Amino acid sequence: MRHVISVLVENKVGVLARITSLISGRGFNIDSLAVGETEDPDLSRITIVVRGDDSILEQVRKQINKLIDVIKITDFTNEEFVERDLMLLKVNCPVGKRSEIIEIVDIFRGKIVDVGQRDIVIEIAGVEEKIEAMLALLRPYGIKELVRTGSIAITRGVR
Amino acid sequence: MIRTGSQILINALIREGVEYVFGIPGGAVLPLFDVLYESPIKFMLTRHEQGAGHAADGYARATGKVGVCLATSGPGATNLTTAIATAYMDSVPMVAITGQVKTFLIGNDAFQEVDIVGITRPITKHSYLVKDVKDLARVVKEAFYLASSGRQGPVLIDLPVDVTMAECEEIVPPEIDLPGYKPTYEGNIRQIKIAAEVINNARRPVLYTGGGIIASDSTKELLELAEKGNIPVTTTLMGLGGFPEDHDLSLRMLGMHGTAYANLAVTESDILIAIGSRFDDRITGKIDEFAPNAKIIHIDIDPSSISKNIKVDIPVVGYARNILRELNKYINFVERKEWFDKIKQWKEQKPLAYDNSGDIIKPQYVIEQICEATHGEAIITTEVGQNQMWAAQYYTYTKPRTFLSSGGLGTMGYGFPAAIGAQLGCPDKIVVDIAGDGSIQMNIQELSTAVRLNIPVKVVILNNGYLGMVRQWQELFYGKRYSGVYLNGNPDFVKLAESYGAKGFLIEKKEDVRPTLEKAFSIKQPVVMDFRVDPSENVFPMVPAGQPIHQMIGTMA
Repeated sequence: MRHVISVLVENKVGVLARITSLISGRGFNIDSLAVGETEDPDLSRITIVVRGDDSILEQVRKQINKLIDVIKITDFTNEEFVERDLMLLKVNCPVGKRSEIIEIVDIFRGKIVDVGQRDIVIEIAGVEEKIEAMLALLRPYGIKELVRTGSIAITRGVR
Repeated sequence: MIRTGSQILINALIREGVEYVFGIPGGAVLPLFDVLYESPIKFMLTRHEQGAGHAADGYARATGKVGVCLATSGPGATNLTTAIATAYMDSVPMVAITGQVKTFLIGNDAFQEVDIVGITRPITKHSYLVKDVKDLARVVKEAFYLASSGRQGPVLIDLPVDVTMAECEEIVPPEIDLPGYKPTYEGNIRQIKIAAEVINNARRPVLYTGGGIIASDSTKELLELAEKGNIPVTTTLMGLGGFPEDHDLSLRMLGMHGTAYANLAVTESDILIAIGSRFDDRITGKIDEFAPNAKIIHIDIDPSSISKNIKVDIPVVGYARNILRELNKYINFVERKEWFDKIKQWKEQKPLAYDNSGDIIKPQYVIEQICEATHGEAIITTEVGQNQMWAAQYYTYTKPRTFLSSGGLGTMGYGFPAAIGAQLGCPDKIVVDIAGDGSIQMNIQELSTAVRLNIPVKVVILNNGYLGMVRQWQELFYGKRYSGVYLNGNPDFVKLAESYGAKGFLIEKKEDVRPTLEKAFSIKQPVVMDFRVDPSENVFPMVPAGQPIHQMIGTMA
């Protein structure tokens, strides 16, 4: 099943390689991965989305936890959490289609961040389903380029 | 005081109490060797970096201290990898130091450059590439702490040559600050009490103990638990010496080549108490039928070992010695007559035995004679294969750190350099490498090391002319199609030993076995003994791979 794993690590060279090699070493493909500094610049947060057998992933989680530079690892699967993915996409956009596309983007609360002669760059954040839904509507116009950050996740405040 | 990186490194090693460094020099470590030249640390030059790594490992296993090896960049570093992996699989405290090309050349395919941190990532507990000389003292301190604490293991320090030449103010590093590393030492008291109650109520308990007993120096506590609770003990290969095998409660070794009575006792147990062992496939055989009726208590320092291969009912994470001390407080003596009668019956019906009636030298006989001649007081190292299993079965281990063997990785070529390291750590002991004619040739160049440094290790070659364990599998499971196992072209081991300056003996008659051993053990220099043993002898009992451990072949009854 799909697991969203959040790893708090020391902001040091090689940490990411250690973690990803533990996951790939077990033959799991990483669906997405996002890394960034936290409120403390000495620490980074890595969010990994991976699909696989629960018991094997539990073993991987324990092994990641053993890495010296890993401070904490949480599997959000059985927790209440908020998840977001950011996407930038460049869509074919002849002048006549501009308002149609902007309308779609508005419905999904996306943003137009650049407009060119023949294309338009859109920014959208949200859960995977929302991003996929907007993507499906824009696909007929022709998607020239697409880039995603991968999911980031955080637990909800109230427990 | 302003010092170079090399001086800072060597001073840091001295602060850690390092006596010996095993290794080979090269371009990228020249500045280090220049400082070693006049340092109190004794540098032990081996003839291959793998030998250096295993020697550091043998030193560590025999003494409990951290072993240190040193190699240059590129091929020096890659030659260390088998030794690092060996230490990793068996949780041996080791610090491996490798030279690296200059920092600005890293990633440029420079001469003798290799990404050794990347290569060793899955086989080290942790690793460092030091790019700033100011980090060096701290890194060395952390490396020794990591190698020797928690679940022990090898730590690699990769040192670019310009860092070893750079200068900075030498500081003694402050306290270690590793927020992500906090091994659990004390067991959860509630879990310990639950475990005690379960043990006290057990009718057919078995203690199954591994290398963790030895690594945590818990042999006294284990003996107390076994005697106080009246519980039989079986050990893994790595656990040999953790419990005295001449004790009434000993079932000796379990697993693929374990005793029939150990495997039967585990299979019929109602409570299995695993301590510092990890349910390796060589122990469990077919996992679904392993101890099918037992509730499992697992005491281990490594949380990732819990429920890895087999579901554990009562886990206790922590340092075995601390947990056992606590656990022993709540353990009661229970007679369990029925259980011990059954075990006694198994021991009588299916003893560990071989046919020694003929004239030909049986390898098992050689091992028994080594045990008798040394009164079981020697340190035994082994290679891997039949020699290793016979050494495990037919020598009676009573003390920890007297059986050094590559259990996890199964590295042929381990035993001889490990014996050299062990002998340096324990100069008053007789150290014997039990080898096969195949495996001894994997690091035989270290004869030169032993002779030049006058390290009086004894090598017992059980020479059967084959890669014996593979031959055994081909005989039993591949229709006697012997493929790639016949060692024609073996050297004359006596002459070979002599050409290195060691003593060499050839033993072809049974009656010469004991006198030759006695003579060799009295000589204060390296001796190689070439025992011509029965080439058709197999290691029994044996659990075929993938079978349940109570289905053994080759038990004597």
